[in-house]
Amino acid sequence: MTLAPPPHSRTPQRTFSGSRLRALGAGIGLSTLLALTACGGAGAQSPAADGGGDPVSGGTLRFAVGSDAGCIDPQQVGSNDSIYSTRQLVDSLTDQDPETGEIVPWLAQEWEINDDATEFTFTLQEGVTFSDGTPVDSEAVAANFDRALDLGARAALIGGYLQGYEGTEIVDERTFTVTFAEPSAQFLQATSTHTLGILHPDTVAASDDARCESVIGSGPFVLESYTPNDSISLSAREGYDWGSSLWENQSEPYLDGIEFTVVPESGVRAGSLQSDQVEVIGNIAPQDEAQLQAAEAQLLARTNPGIAFGLRLNHDLEVFADEEVREAISLAINREEIVSTVYTADTPAATSILSSTTPDHADLSEHLGHDPQRAEQLIAEAGYERTDDGGWERDGEPLEFEILWFNNAATNAPTLELIQQQLAAVGIGVSLQEGQVAEWQTHLSEGTFETNWGNITRADPDILRTTYHTDLANSYRLEPSALDDLLLEQAAATDPQERAELVAQAQEHLVTEYLEIPVVDLTTVLAVRAEVHGVRFDSGSRVHLNDVWIEDAEQ
Amino acid sequence: MTRYIVLRVLLAAGVLWAAYTVTFAILYIIPGDPVSAMLAGGLDNGAVSAERLEELRDAYGFNDPLPLQYASHLWAAVQGDLGTSVQTGQPVSTAVGQVLLPTVELSAAALVIALVLGGGIALVATYTHSAWLREALLGIPPVAVSLPTFWIGLLLIQWFSFQWGIFPAMGDDGIRSLVLPALTLGLPISALVAQVLAKSLQEAALDPYVTTTRAKGISRLQVHLGHVLRNATLPSLTMVGLIAGNLLAGSVIVETVFSRPGLGQLTVQAVTLQDLPVVQGVVLFGAVVFIAANLIVDLLLPLADPRVTVGRSYA
Repeated sequence: MTLAPPPHSRTPQRTFSGSRLRALGAGIGLSTLLALTACGGAGAQSPAADGGGDPVSGGTLRFAVGSDAGCIDPQQVGSNDSIYSTRQLVDSLTDQDPETGEIVPWLAQEWEINDDATEFTFTLQEGVTFSDGTPVDSEAVAANFDRALDLGARAALIGGYLQGYEGTEIVDERTFTVTFAEPSAQFLQATSTHTLGILHPDTVAASDDARCESVIGSGPFVLESYTPNDSISLSAREGYDWGSSLWENQSEPYLDGIEFTVVPESGVRAGSLQSDQVEVIGNIAPQDEAQLQAAEAQLLARTNPGIAFGLRLNHDLEVFADEEVREAISLAINREEIVSTVYTADTPAATSILSSTTPDHADLSEHLGHDPQRAEQLIAEAGYERTDDGGWERDGEPLEFEILWFNNAATNAPTLELIQQQLAAVGIGVSLQEGQVAEWQTHLSEGTFETNWGNITRADPDILRTTYHTDLANSYRLEPSALDDLLLEQAAATDPQERAELVAQAQEHLVTEYLEIPVVDLTTVLAVRAEVHGVRFDSGSRVHLNDVWIEDAEQ
Repeated sequence: MTRYIVLRVLLAAGVLWAAYTVTFAILYIIPGDPVSAMLAGGLDNGAVSAERLEELRDAYGFNDPLPLQYASHLWAAVQGDLGTSVQTGQPVSTAVGQVLLPTVELSAAALVIALVLGGGIALVATYTHSAWLREALLGIPPVAVSLPTFWIGLLLIQWFSFQWGIFPAMGDDGIRSLVLPALTLGLPISALVAQVLAKSLQEAALDPYVTTTRAKGISRLQVHLGHVLRNATLPSLTMVGLIAGNLLAGSVIVETVFSRPGLGQLTVQAVTLQDLPVVQGVVLFGAVVFIAANLIVDLLLPLADPRVTVGRSYA
């Protein structure tokens, strides 16, 4: 019996390089696995406006994804590959403009927030129904929120969105007030996510596992069938006419349906797109990009909002106690060289701890420059002395650390190898330790890492609070500081200007004290066949497919 | 004979127990835990509190002492309860049952290809008078055996699907989608069949009865197919267990490359996500198939060849 993942072998064929197969071991089935990143630009391109004439109705969109999380419930899945499909099944109370970060109406036509961001009153659109005809009313929404915190382990995201949730008071059929025990400014953005997509009360009441097999929503598409690890089939919802205010088409989808297929091998996904076996593929591997461009596929890229990919330091470690050393590490890293070598040229280098598409992102690139000489000077100032082999030493302790990383993106290994070389050039020793994805949370909660390499996707700056506030998980072992107050204040700030200012200060604190070393902004890339129009990224770099139409679609 | 069968079944139970115990030991002792893996839906998510992790580990029983976990799992397994998948919450037997049919189809098709191709090569190579052809044919199996399955699969997809568009590259949708995966899985096994069968054919052809039969005026082809082949098949029968193992192992790669649902893909996913109950279920299933195949062959051999008897040493 072979129980190991497939062998790691090289193949002589250029179009199928070994690294892709290597990714099988770590990548298969494992979700969220952050798109294999790495090409395209920072902006949210909506190809909806790319011409091609008037939309025509009909046709089925075939969409190949790399993995399946084994669950179809939007409130329980966190993986990009699963969100592509499950996002289409539900509507959210609000939507978020991917360009500006502004929250706009969807199911809720208006809302009010009290001064300390503890009470959110929403008014629903009229006439919205779930696909079985049941109205989407205050009671249905309340049932969703009430049940959310009882969801089991799979629902890792929803707990953060509803942290401090006290209850939902129903004012009338279309008006309700959600109350929190503590300020929760992030909740408004959270209502725009697929995670807080509104499900039918019957679905809400079902067991976690039953919800993973089938859900009923009010979204533009209805679930026809779901075969785990194989396919998800959706059909257009008849009579849909309450689309998000950001969409061009707010009524019934142009498509008759969407067929999602799980295709674990990235080379097979790319070849299938080229040979017209599918229209859209996710998780583009960097090595497939040229091939796809040659086939005249559209490569759609959007930088994921949230915390940028970077070196996350464990502040329990003596070596990171000196700010000079932390700054030296940052100065030794040549971000431009990394993005141009490992990623395509238009993947942005990190300009703050938050990636460039995150609302309230502040451009702090002046603090994230490359200056190896200054780095060496700073290390010397911290009291280190040169050793014979070109490294540094202080009181017999060498200046070196280990980076723990996971093979969840094909670009991780080459990026870290380059960082290793760049740090070695100024005499900082780095060893790379590849971990298993299954160990990730354990390492975080137990602090058994020196630094790790990672990112977090979230289109709200509150992710800074959940990641760095010292009263919460505090995985990076920060000392309590003024940063904690800033993070709490932004969570309570209802005035957008005021919140942006507080978030900017928090970013400045993290970046200028080099508490973490941001390196590159994760960018999601999809490939879409030339005859497909209207694939639209949402603010979290996942997609809305209601605007999609296919040229010459068969009726 | 009855006693022989009873002993064989007891032996089989022992092998199953050993397989179960070894997998348990390996899976539960290596670092990482399935609850984290489930949350690693994950890596990209915010951190989950340590308390919540503990709660979940408790709920799944991963915090109990190892011997206790082992004993309770084993006892449940003996009663036919293989536990539930950590990832999906499905009973393991259901999870395996759901994906069994596509893998059986794939394996059956691959087996047919292997027998036809492998048998054909062996027969022609041993029948032909041309030394050149014989050498060429007998040179194929060693090469085919050494080719990595995924490489064959990717090449077949590249040509037959992407370039010529004859067969689909993915999915489980009728005969057309079965051709390439079955070929990929069947090729290395056909090489195995060809090697063993050619060897026994060569040996059987040297037996004196061949000369006798020929002397009676029966054509060489008739002797080759009617007598030599029949005698040479027996050693190949013993390979059935090996072939069953190869089919299961090969399905792991073939199903991944061709995006087919099945036991292989279930295995890959369970291993990657450290879904321990599912991995154990798959291992047990594999062991059962392996043991059953060998037992059936052992019991069939005496029927196929009266010279072979079983159980005499026990009788």
